[in-house]
Amino acid sequence: MPPHPETWLRVTPDGLFCEPGGFFVDPVRPVERAVITHGHSDHARPGHAHVLATKETLAIMRARMGEDRAGATQQAHPYGETLTINGVKLWLRPAGHVLGSAQVCLEWQGARAVISGDYKRRHDATCAPFEPERCDVFVTEATFALPVFTHPPAGQEIARLLRSVALFPERTHVIGCYALGKAQRLISLLREAGWDQPIPLHGALMKLCTLYEELGVQLGPLTQATVAGKERLAGAIVLAPPSAIADRWARRLAEPIPCLASGWMRVRQRARQGGVELPMVISDHADWPELLATCTEVEAQEVWVTHGREEALIHALAQRGIRGRALHLIGRGEGEEE
Amino acid sequence: MSLPDFAELLERLLFTPGRNGKLALLRQWFANQPDPDRGIGLAALAGELSLRTAKPALLRELIAERTDPTLFALSYDYVGDLAETIALLWPEDARSNAPPPGLAEVIETLETAPKAELPRIIAAWLDALDSGARLALIKLITGGLRVGASARLAKAGLAEWADVDLGEIEEVWHGVAPPYLTLFAWLEGQGPRPDPNGAPVFRPLMLAHPLEEADFAKLHAPDWRAEWKWDGIRVQLTAGPGGARLWSRSGEDISNTFPEILAAMRFHGVADGELLVMRDGPSGGEVAPFSDLQQRLNRKTVTARMLRDHPAHVRLYDLLFEGEADLRALPFDERRARLEAWFAREAPARMDLSPLISFATMEELAEIRAGTRAASIEGLMLKRGDSIYQPGRVKGPWWKWKRDPLNVDAVLMYAQRGHGKRSSFYSDYTFGLWRGDELVPIGKAYSGYTDAELAFLDKWIRDHTTARFGPVREVEKALVLEVEFDAAQYSPRHKSGVALRFPRIARIRRDKPAEEADRLETLEALIKR
Ligand SMILES: [Zn+2]
Ligand SMILES: [Zn+2]
Repeated sequence: MPPHPETWLRVTPDGLFCEPGGFFVDPVRPVERAVITHGHSDHARPGHAHVLATKETLAIMRARMGEDRAGATQQAHPYGETLTINGVKLWLRPAGHVLGSAQVCLEWQGARAVISGDYKRRHDATCAPFEPERCDVFVTEATFALPVFTHPPAGQEIARLLRSVALFPERTHVIGCYALGKAQRLISLLREAGWDQPIPLHGALMKLCTLYEELGVQLGPLTQATVAGKERLAGAIVLAPPSAIADRWARRLAEPIPCLASGWMRVRQRARQGGVELPMVISDHADWPELLATCTEVEAQEVWVTHGREEALIHALAQRGIRGRALHLIGRGEGEEE
Repeated sequence: MSLPDFAELLERLLFTPGRNGKLALLRQWFANQPDPDRGIGLAALAGELSLRTAKPALLRELIAERTDPTLFALSYDYVGDLAETIALLWPEDARSNAPPPGLAEVIETLETAPKAELPRIIAAWLDALDSGARLALIKLITGGLRVGASARLAKAGLAEWADVDLGEIEEVWHGVAPPYLTLFAWLEGQGPRPDPNGAPVFRPLMLAHPLEEADFAKLHAPDWRAEWKWDGIRVQLTAGPGGARLWSRSGEDISNTFPEILAAMRFHGVADGELLVMRDGPSGGEVAPFSDLQQRLNRKTVTARMLRDHPAHVRLYDLLFEGEADLRALPFDERRARLEAWFAREAPARMDLSPLISFATMEELAEIRAGTRAASIEGLMLKRGDSIYQPGRVKGPWWKWKRDPLNVDAVLMYAQRGHGKRSSFYSDYTFGLWRGDELVPIGKAYSGYTDAELAFLDKWIRDHTTARFGPVREVEKALVLEVEFDAAQYSPRHKSGVALRFPRIARIRRDKPAEEADRLETLEALIKR
């Protein structure tokens, strides 16, 4: 009888700890050995002694934290290759969330757990698509784990934006989005929809877009929004962090229409906060049907829920004969998520 | 054209704050949509769409057949709005390939389908729509459609699109009806001008700005006329050979609610005044409190008893048309003279003139205003003697100068989530004052705060909840709110025995410990005996 993962994969105040392997996955405090699923700040923290992640995630960590804080020793590990640490087999599978994002697959004495980090199942040209891995315990997020969250096709949201640009050609559409993942995906979606004009960016988004390009993701012509004159920004689609779109920074734009790209925009009441005029339901996270489909697809008997709306998900999983468990991980889902 | 286009228009109107942006959306709608749908859209925006509505219970049943009760409850709790919850929860995997229904089709089917068929028909529509269009449909058929544009703005969009004067559209408006085929034909140069048949037309009202101290300093007494600010509702009376109508300040026809006023409108002209309820007093007719008028406003049918106990009355203060003559371009003083002469001649029943207040200096007027509280009058209206009658809220020619509000420092006790756009916020607050060492609730308020204060209160409440009763949260008795209100009255229905009129949150007093909030006795002393 293989040992149940709860006997060797423990929730500690520092995060999820693989005891026989002696490493944490996405720890919230500096530790000796960390495996990192992806570069978002609630998963990748600075100051670990040894970090294992995909080479893209390591590059993102270095870009965001600086060389010296992104792990004293960094170990790049490609998707799909197995490594054994103190008898624990470890391999990574793409999570489809942002560039470099990985599910951490662990197997010990025949029992298998998959820690998926954050993930989505939609098409995204800026990162490798999610690959389901069969397992005994599947550790999932639950950011959008309510049946009201069914994300519409992203192309439909982009089409709505482009209709608005056609209606208000003398104004700037400024889309609020986070610097890692969402910004690059939006650019890629715009390119897929045929938008080939230069896309002016807020300074805070530039660094990671440049890094994505260095890592082989083509984003087309990008410019600094701060350099362009107001008249050049008429009719443009500009990207900026959410905090900037209705702030003083936006005054440089031509009669800006604040747009916000996030899964939360699905609920109108939420969308109306913060002066958004064009909400766009575009998310980096799995929606409700995708969460359920994924938990079923990996054939896990047990699903552990790290953060989000675990109550609804656990209820729905129980109806499908899957045991759910809320982990109440500290510090997750905060900061830049969505 | 289909419901999804209409849903997108509604959604964008609701999210677009600026007038110009809204007008652009409306122009595009009128330009791109075919008949009769564009006209039905116009009717919906103008609030003139009358359709048979379905009960929310019907939709609740439909969603209950399709969702798990626990998941529904969790979702509803999160979203806060029933229609939106249903729209979002409606199963997507049952999406049919049927084309989405057209607006005209929806209206017609609701009108003609047998009642027993409605659940099936509505479900089939919902199956054919995306979530945005589902929300529009649910709001439409339950009669809860909220539109981010007024009737007047819809007409202004129409005027811009057709490149005609807004006044021209207002003039023919009462000669056309949804879906406005003759109106669109005329505006597109393909038909004659619709004939309003002399039907009574609402003329937009001239509105006053609240007077701030800085504005007051600039006023020169001889330029100004003063009237009492009456505590009723603003109305426009339109009568002539084509009929008579009583309009509310937004142009809603309220003739049927006040038949006795309509019966008294035997003149030919357009007058502006305040609708009040009168009751017998020692010195003849006295203005009854606003709550009496409320009794009349809320009723659909008017009973003989109501006519006897709460008789309506109009206190006139302006004359816009005398016969066919448009007086709006005349200065206030001239219109006032015409009003007085006209009133003396016509002597309409159930009406009187709002008197002008004489004063020599602004200081004297300020003293008069200070006495309005004792006289149970809301305050003063200031109008420039040379002001022409301009529709809308033009800053400068007219001011409203309300009596100063009263205030107390109260302690936040309970909070509830708001409705509509506030439904994700704890935005309705119950507050109380000290009686001995216990707090007693004295009222509720859901306005007065800024967006930033609302965000602060919402977070504070979530962080300081001590108990929950359904949608209500009880909070730690630790936050002091400065509550402003117009008046306080004794009320046996309230635990404290006191009720506030027009309470609003003036400030959050984070500096003040709860123990130092006001005592109930302080409030009782403010009640006018
Ligand atoms: Zn993430
Ligand atoms: Zn996360």
